Amino acid sequence: MTLYDTTMPDDKPADGQPAPAGLKPWGETKVVGTRAPRIDAYERVSGAAIYTQDISLPGMLHAAILRCPHPHANVRRMDLSKAKNMPGVRAILTHESPSADLPWFFGDKGPMSKLFDPHCRYEGDEVAAVAADSPHRAWDALKAITVEYEELPFVSEIEEAMKEGAPPVHEGGNRGRVRTSERGDIAKGFAEADVVLEETYRTSCELHTPMETHASVAQWDGSRLTVWDSTQGVFDVQKTLAQYFGLPSSSVRVIGHYMGGGFGSKLELGKYTVITALLARDTALPVKICLSREETFLCVGNRPANIMQLKAGVKNDGTISALHLVNVGSGGAYPAGSGVGYLVQDLYLCRNVKVEETNVFINAGTARAMRAPGFPQCAWALEQMMDALASKIGMDPVEFRLKNVPAYSQTRNNTPFTTTGLKECLTEGARVFGWKEAKATIRREGTIRRGVGVAAGMWGWEGSTVSTAIVKLFADGSANLNIGASDIGTGTKTVMAMVVAEELGVPLERIQVENADTATTSFAPSSGGSQTVVANSPAVRKAAVEVRTRLLELAAEELKCTVADLSLNDGAIQTLTAPARTVPLHELQSLAQREMLVGVGHRDPHPQGKIPLPFAAQFAEVEVNTRTGETRIVKFVAAHDSGRMMNRLTFENQVFGGIAMGIGFGTSERRILDAGQTGKMVNANWHDYKIPTAVDVPPEHTCISVDPHDTECNNTGTKGLGEPATIPTAAAIANAIFDATGIRVTQAPVTPMQLLALLAGQEKGGRQ
Amino acid sequence: MEERRAEPHDGNTDGVSRRDFLRTIGVGTLEAAVLSAAPLPSEGAPAHTGDLVPLVLTVNGRRNALEVEPRWTLLYVLREKLGLTGAKPGCERGECGACTVLIDGKPRYSCLTLALEADGHEITTVEGLMQGEKLGQVQEAFVQEDAFQCGFCTPGQVISAEGLLRKTPHPGVAEIRHGMSGNLCRCGAYDHIVKAVQHASEIRK
Repeated sequence: MTLYDTTMPDDKPADGQPAPAGLKPWGETKVVGTRAPRIDAYERVSGAAIYTQDISLPGMLHAAILRCPHPHANVRRMDLSKAKNMPGVRAILTHESPSADLPWFFGDKGPMSKLFDPHCRYEGDEVAAVAADSPHRAWDALKAITVEYEELPFVSEIEEAMKEGAPPVHEGGNRGRVRTSERGDIAKGFAEADVVLEETYRTSCELHTPMETHASVAQWDGSRLTVWDSTQGVFDVQKTLAQYFGLPSSSVRVIGHYMGGGFGSKLELGKYTVITALLARDTALPVKICLSREETFLCVGNRPANIMQLKAGVKNDGTISALHLVNVGSGGAYPAGSGVGYLVQDLYLCRNVKVEETNVFINAGTARAMRAPGFPQCAWALEQMMDALASKIGMDPVEFRLKNVPAYSQTRNNTPFTTTGLKECLTEGARVFGWKEAKATIRREGTIRRGVGVAAGMWGWEGSTVSTAIVKLFADGSANLNIGASDIGTGTKTVMAMVVAEELGVPLERIQVENADTATTSFAPSSGGSQTVVANSPAVRKAAVEVRTRLLELAAEELKCTVADLSLNDGAIQTLTAPARTVPLHELQSLAQREMLVGVGHRDPHPQGKIPLPFAAQFAEVEVNTRTGETRIVKFVAAHDSGRMMNRLTFENQVFGGIAMGIGFGTSERRILDAGQTGKMVNANWHDYKIPTAVDVPPEHTCISVDPHDTECNNTGTKGLGEPATIPTAAAIANAIFDATGIRVTQAPVTPMQLLALLAGQEKGGRQ
Repeated sequence: MEERRAEPHDGNTDGVSRRDFLRTIGVGTLEAAVLSAAPLPSEGAPAHTGDLVPLVLTVNGRRNALEVEPRWTLLYVLREKLGLTGAKPGCERGECGACTVLIDGKPRYSCLTLALEADGHEITTVEGLMQGEKLGQVQEAFVQEDAFQCGFCTPGQVISAEGLLRKTPHPGVAEIRHGMSGNLCRCGAYDHIVKAVQHASEIRK
């Protein structure tokens, strides 16, 4: 994914294709925007939904992977003799297996490793794999494999990795080239400033840990491969698998009807899937792999840790005159990127901006895109800095942000946004939260101190425009929608069915959705980067409109009138002129004779000369216990401009879910490596790596859709939601903690231990 | 949640006592095996853990006579031997609650319960809350409130809600949040989950 390279080039050209004709977004809607329970809710609450982990095929074997227990080691010798002879063991693969001697790629960097690389660069690197007739027997066999490792010096921390003489993760050293992006003149900007502040902010490595661990089932029929995969994008997995095995796309079928969460960690083909396919080919039997929970902490991606030095200059009137960000991050042992700069470059008006970013290798699991890659980190720095600047110039933090709302994208030649709802997010959010009153009256003294904070955000990618949808109308007036998109839990199937219902008047319960199967559905991009609704709903709408147009033409012919005299309402054709007639679709002879009407919709290009992006502002009220260092979030308001809200229920769910993830990022989640000793991850489980539970989310929660009625972004008026929901959360909490305590916590997460230490320091040195 | 993490045999008065467990063991030999177990190896090293033990599991009101390896968890047997894939393996180490089932009416992590420990007890999985093809009341409340996203933790959430409401038919918000805190949801659907439990409490008869 290119998602990680969040520093966009300055000269990104606007889409050169002509703007789409016709089909403007709806005005009033009947179905879209309502509270619609999901069309696949029955399957999900009854246990009937079949996830990859639930697949069972006749004769199916189970695979497990032996992983390097050291952060850095060479495999010297392996003894498989015991494992080979164990009951039920059918195949073992290592780097010495001819069928598994394959290169492995990281992005466009060429083959940097192997499927089983004897030079293991992180704890969890693949060493061997077993297929056996039960999962227990596969695990037994792994334990029976003896490996002699040559342990190598390792490096676990960013600063250590950058030092002269640090153990190199790869030949050529650990430090990547500095990526610099600059506009204006920051020296001039800082000289013009009335206040200049500088601070170093740090964020910790966060793990995706979706509820369903990564899983694949592979089956060969001759030279055709079928893979069930817990993935966010079946077509991406199909394409990379086909390339990997040198097969035509038509010989690789990838199915992912239900998947148990991804958050970016299931956006790419994993080694485990390739290994499973190889084991299936070697044994001529279907093979299933389900990674263990521990493996999901070690080797299927993470949000990199970042160290961000941010210098900012502001004039007394609230004009931001210069921003300079120096970011060093680590995407782990292989190139994955750790860029964060986008928000500094585009969230607020500023003429003079410089961003310098460096990625550093360490001996730890490689990063993958994680929900708004780079953005929560940057918001952590920028939004705390905005708070500090506002305080210095004596301006309310909401007012200060309002003064700097951009109407155009400064990273794209000042191309205007189709709409900028940031102003409304800030004002409406502040109104609903009761910002001014809270600021004036909140209790900041005593053992339990309260404080309020605000943070804003935006997402920096408008998504793919390559998507095709097919709508089929049956003769009885019910419909089938065919889309390639994975529903990763966001309600994609339901939202797309609502679009069909809106156009055809077919009730939701009479629409069946077929999705996420490369053999039977039309192409959709991977569900990630907040592009799913934006990329697919316009194609779905066009397909439905095509069906409606064709249907009205048929009806006009049959009823001997013109199309203009007809309307389609609630599954019936109605005449608008006398004599008034209502013909239910199942009584339409011309439709009955054809049995089915089919409409195909292709997504139009992005608007020419305009950029459609979503915006957000979030407000938090916290309670800090100065005796225990605990922070309790008592109230939270999120205001989001994601364009049109498609389904009130799934919209709220998505926003609250993003906030929950942001709370984890800001207050509890971090990968801890045993840096000085073993280099191993010491909290590779959910007991020690704390994600929020039902008691950790605020009891009082409000989310607001600020719909700017964007008529230009696309024909459904939608912008993305999944990423912006989690971007400002942690920073809003940190700002509220500052308001409560006067302590600027620059290191995420704000754990009770950390806050207690800072409070103790404050007591010693006097309150700031 | 201490209650949720208690083992069936830990003597917790809410759960299944060790004495009850001992009293019920052995019932399994009364019925013939209905499912074929994995074949024993005819050659190679003997399976040091592969000896099968008879067991009767009463699941969703139906008695199942089985032969299991002593190390198999209840979760494994439900999913792999009885085809009940509603309970999910989220961590298989008692951290997430996706595998929650009711044992004698109490929510329990089936990944931390050996199949043998469940011998003779009444087990209810999410499939057991259905009335034929019709959703149960808690399930219906989860649908109406959109109390899930990806749905992988949902069968466990539904079962925990069912267990909570059986014990406390009209819980307050704090009780619900506490009662549901043994079930992780990485999508973060907690707000709607709390609403669903409230909703279920209202519609339950």
